[in-house]
Amino acid sequence: MSTPEIAVVGFAHAPHVPETFGTTNGVEMLVPCFQQLYADLGITKTDIDFWCSGSSDYLAGRAFSFISAVDAIGAVPPINESHVEMDAAWALYEAWVKLLSGQAQTALVYGFGKSSAGTLRQVLSRQLDPYLVGPLWPDAVSVAGLQARAGLDAGRWTEREMAAVAGGDIESLLAEPYVADPLRAHDIAPITDGAAAIVLAVGDRARELCERPAWITGIAHNIDAQALGGRDLTRSPSTTRAAAAATRGETSFDLAELHAPFSHQQLILAEAIGLSPETPVNPSGGALAGNPMFAAGLERIGNAATAIISGTADRTLAHATSGPALQQNLVAVLESEAR
Amino acid sequence: MSFPAAVLGTGQTHHVTKRADVSMAGMCREAIDRALEDSGLTIDEIDAVVVGKAPDFFEGVMMPELYLAEALGAIGKPLLRVHTAGSVGGSTGVVAANLVQAGVHGKVLAIAWEKQSESNAMWALSIPVPFTMPVGAGAGGYFAPHVRSYIRRSNAPMHIGAMVAVKDRRNGAKNPLAHLHQPDITLESVLASQMLWDPIRFDETCPSSDGACALVIGNAEAAAAVEAQGKKVAWVHGTAMRTEPTTFSGRDQVNPQAGRDAAAALWKAAGITDPLEEIDVAEIYVPFSWFEPMWLENLGFAAEGDGWKLTDKGETEIGGRIPVNPSGGVLSSNPIGASGLIRFAEAAKQVMGRAGAYQVENARKAMGHAYGGGSQYFSMWVVGSERPE
Repeated sequence: MSTPEIAVVGFAHAPHVPETFGTTNGVEMLVPCFQQLYADLGITKTDIDFWCSGSSDYLAGRAFSFISAVDAIGAVPPINESHVEMDAAWALYEAWVKLLSGQAQTALVYGFGKSSAGTLRQVLSRQLDPYLVGPLWPDAVSVAGLQARAGLDAGRWTEREMAAVAGGDIESLLAEPYVADPLRAHDIAPITDGAAAIVLAVGDRARELCERPAWITGIAHNIDAQALGGRDLTRSPSTTRAAAAATRGETSFDLAELHAPFSHQQLILAEAIGLSPETPVNPSGGALAGNPMFAAGLERIGNAATAIISGTADRTLAHATSGPALQQNLVAVLESEAR
Repeated sequence: MSFPAAVLGTGQTHHVTKRADVSMAGMCREAIDRALEDSGLTIDEIDAVVVGKAPDFFEGVMMPELYLAEALGAIGKPLLRVHTAGSVGGSTGVVAANLVQAGVHGKVLAIAWEKQSESNAMWALSIPVPFTMPVGAGAGGYFAPHVRSYIRRSNAPMHIGAMVAVKDRRNGAKNPLAHLHQPDITLESVLASQMLWDPIRFDETCPSSDGACALVIGNAEAAAAVEAQGKKVAWVHGTAMRTEPTTFSGRDQVNPQAGRDAAAALWKAAGITDPLEEIDVAEIYVPFSWFEPMWLENLGFAAEGDGWKLTDKGETEIGGRIPVNPSGGVLSSNPIGASGLIRFAEAAKQVMGRAGAYQVENARKAMGHAYGGGSQYFSMWVVGSERPE
């Protein structure tokens, strides 16, 4: 089968802020992203064949928040559009499928999240089994703490190695108090409001729009069972499966952008993907530096692509996660040469 | 590059007001198991799962597909969760078909559901949002002015809405899985039912249902394996999705541009020039009876202002020129997130010859349609008994 060449040709994201005064439907954060992409690529909204977004009604605290987000596009005349209730990395996957099927030449993918609208760690507890786990209200930081503790107890990593993921003066980091034992503040992603957008294009259309497109040479995603007591929290089989499909075993990269909202999760992911210890991970700072919910996974792809578009890398890896304790994972490989 | 895709099998629950015997997991698995049985496949043979449902607030679980991943048979596989408002069931079918058409997977399971008894869906649709005038009157209150406007513009006689309700409920009585079974409903009884949102009466309104729908979409190889067992498949001839904003200056909410554009794209993709002649049966999303004539015009089955004439002449009955909702439609069952996929599945059942007591004779090409939001999200497909050229 001949696979059409599909590339990331543009990426923009809103500033990572602790609290935006904008609405929960993301319009105020998205419009500047779209305008930047149109200006960078010399296009207008009518050049986009397919639109796809990722967001969450629970984060916004209302039904159909993504419908209002469409107001950021100005969808008159009507557009070919879809939405996933997931991180926008999966919206990019849906758009990639649409391009692959030959039904579109260009796509704009966006994600947004106003995490500050509620108490994020409590909101995310609503993702858990509503009969057996949810009623206990285990918050997202505590669930990640259970995962970190399981790895410490199993000898898979140390608190020192976790601090090294965050970076900085390790001794002073380790002198900080626990937030949720064994997690300290530096182990936990900040609360971030944000939005991000990526433009995808096919073959020669990508070459027209971008001097050095970041070709998607592999992309796959996979999910594990949720039950926290029913799986080995210190490993991520779904990441391994997605990585095997996306990388086809070639795991040398100029850099990797991993979506790890907690420091120990970066250690799990690097091992699950099979990254060599020399691979620079998260030069952007990763989710620990800024974690706009439902856009942070897409931003990993955007950052990995930007390294190729700007000429500083030839082959990069991007990863996105969703659900409690790395339940669901997506891996994409980006390269300077199409295959 | 586009590869052929076909519906291999479908499965639904018996839609009811409240499924007290199962949770979401059990309800979804019931539909999935029926779709797998209809396809002659096991869950292990499924490559990927596409999930669709309307707002998470309806059941009070954030992204419930995460905790349901095992029940949905998705562990170790790719799982996508689609949400495009009321059109989501249709979009779920479109995304699943696209995965096969793109050559990514050979066998994809689409599953959509709503368990509306967990909350009050009508009022969940009326949450005030910033910069938008709150309606505070449920979906019926939102759409009633559109219906009034349609009646004024088309000069349709007032009994048309009641005719649609009688037809769909009587059709539903032939469908063992339909929520409402009202074989004895009459024009007089509909017109005597309580006025809820003038001009929409109680009997012209969809029920609130618990229900799930699943279908399996496969590539040419998978379809050939099913056909080798002497069973028919439903080939996907075309899909289309379109979106427009809730409000903008000059918006026509009665005959929305997004619906017209989606239909035009669909007919082009399916190689159809005259839908009224070429489509044998249509499953159209009609939650309030008057939307039948409105969508007949929007989709191009009738010229603007003429849709009600097809209804009035009985042409949308089983046996008419364009049977609409022989399964009973949304007026007989409405688990919101599943309703679009039910339309898509019922269209497939017709061309597979598996519609039982409401089978349209010699149905070779069928349309499935869904809409959502404030008549602004549209997804649709055409399926046929023959593989498209």
